[in-house]
Amino acid sequence: MVILPLQLNGATATMRGKTLVGPVDLTLAINGLTMLIGPNGAGKTTLLRLMHGLQRCAGGSVSWAVSAQVARQNQAFVFQAPIMMRRRVIDSLAYPLRLRGMGKPAARVKAIECAARFGLTELLESWAPMLSGGEKQKLSVARALIIAPEVLFLDEPCANLDGRATREIETILKIAQDAGTRIIMSTHDMGQAGRLADDVIFMYDGNVHETANAKTFFAKPQTGLAQAFINGDIIE
Amino acid sequence: MNGVAQGLWDAWWLIITFDADLYEIIFLSLQVTVSAVIIASIIGLPMGAWLAVNRFRFRRFVIAVLNALMGLPPVVVGLFVYMALSRAGPLGGFGLLFSPSAMIIAQVIIITPLIASISHQTIRDLWAEYHDLLISMNATRMQRIKALLWDGKRALLTATLAGFGRAIGEVGAIMIVGGNIEHATRVLTTAIALETGKGNFAFAMGLGLVLIMLSLLVNLLIHSLSRTERASTW
Repeated sequence: MVILPLQLNGATATMRGKTLVGPVDLTLAINGLTMLIGPNGAGKTTLLRLMHGLQRCAGGSVSWAVSAQVARQNQAFVFQAPIMMRRRVIDSLAYPLRLRGMGKPAARVKAIECAARFGLTELLESWAPMLSGGEKQKLSVARALIIAPEVLFLDEPCANLDGRATREIETILKIAQDAGTRIIMSTHDMGQAGRLADDVIFMYDGNVHETANAKTFFAKPQTGLAQAFINGDIIE
Repeated sequence: MNGVAQGLWDAWWLIITFDADLYEIIFLSLQVTVSAVIIASIIGLPMGAWLAVNRFRFRRFVIAVLNALMGLPPVVVGLFVYMALSRAGPLGGFGLLFSPSAMIIAQVIIITPLIASISHQTIRDLWAEYHDLLISMNATRMQRIKALLWDGKRALLTATLAGFGRAIGEVGAIMIVGGNIEHATRVLTTAIALETGKGNFAFAMGLGLVLIMLSLLVNLLIHSLSRTERASTW
């Protein structure tokens, strides 16, 4: 099932009459890792939520190559603050499969395989809410990937993690990308963006300010604002 | 004071000698209350979860009514159930008046709003936490309710135990619909009321202690079985 490309035509997100993001015109192709960057309040999270369907589109449209319902079944989302279900790690991992009608024994077998792939085997019987921050985020990513989604959205997944945990998450993302998952994520970390991104979407003040190939963007951004952001200057 | 001590001793003696009448009362109390709690939980827990997950017109009004019903006067409930089950009432044909079934019906009406309201508050908090995750995972409405009830089960135990506490100590409604008939509908609370009326304060106090012990035991047993407050569980 190919759900991409994802097209946003004048897509707008509002809250209580105030425009948070948009109008955004964007096409996300089948391949690559797209990184959303920009200062706080630029609208990165809202745009990700808009694309995933967690945020209602107040104007314009967000469309996939297939129906929204089918597209939804083939994508997953990792939140900045990991949402841990009050279950053991094995059951948390198995949960998305159970939602899709897989029997408990089969789902647990898949969960064990998934845990082994992502270095979570030793934590399988631990209570998910009691894991460390890094372990929680690793579990979140593994839980999202267990359904082998075609598209994976990640909202600053390494925001509160140390270097080691960040490296582990990045390794998992590379494995997922090699397995054919299209990744769209946001970050504040320019180093991470440089390491992972194929394409960059630079956002500012609720709008897409610049889109470019990652190498081009970091070597020669088109706008002064993007250059200032890359340089680490404070932009308001 | 001696009378009280004597009454407590008498009650204790009845317990350790397995007095048939006393144990009949204890078992009927448990039977009626546990049945009512199970039925009310089956109705109240999903109702609370449903209210937490769904947005509809008059939702706030429904929640306000539910909260108000937590303070439903048992005597009034007893009166309504009596009228419904009496021969001239709409359910008179079932012949349930002055039976344990009538007492269970009254208790279910009293404790269902309590269980639903407490579970609604618990589930509402959990739903706020799980909302984005479950929506993102494309969980159906039923799957969401199921996940919330399952993951909130330890907190929901509080709702169930609150219902048990209210039901086991209830006297007004079950006195009216049960009739406090010996060997038929006499439970601990109605027996205490009867003994107090007869002036047997000490024996009534002894029965009261049995009631408190029973309530404590059931609470401890449920907490123990559900493994709450343990370091490795949530």
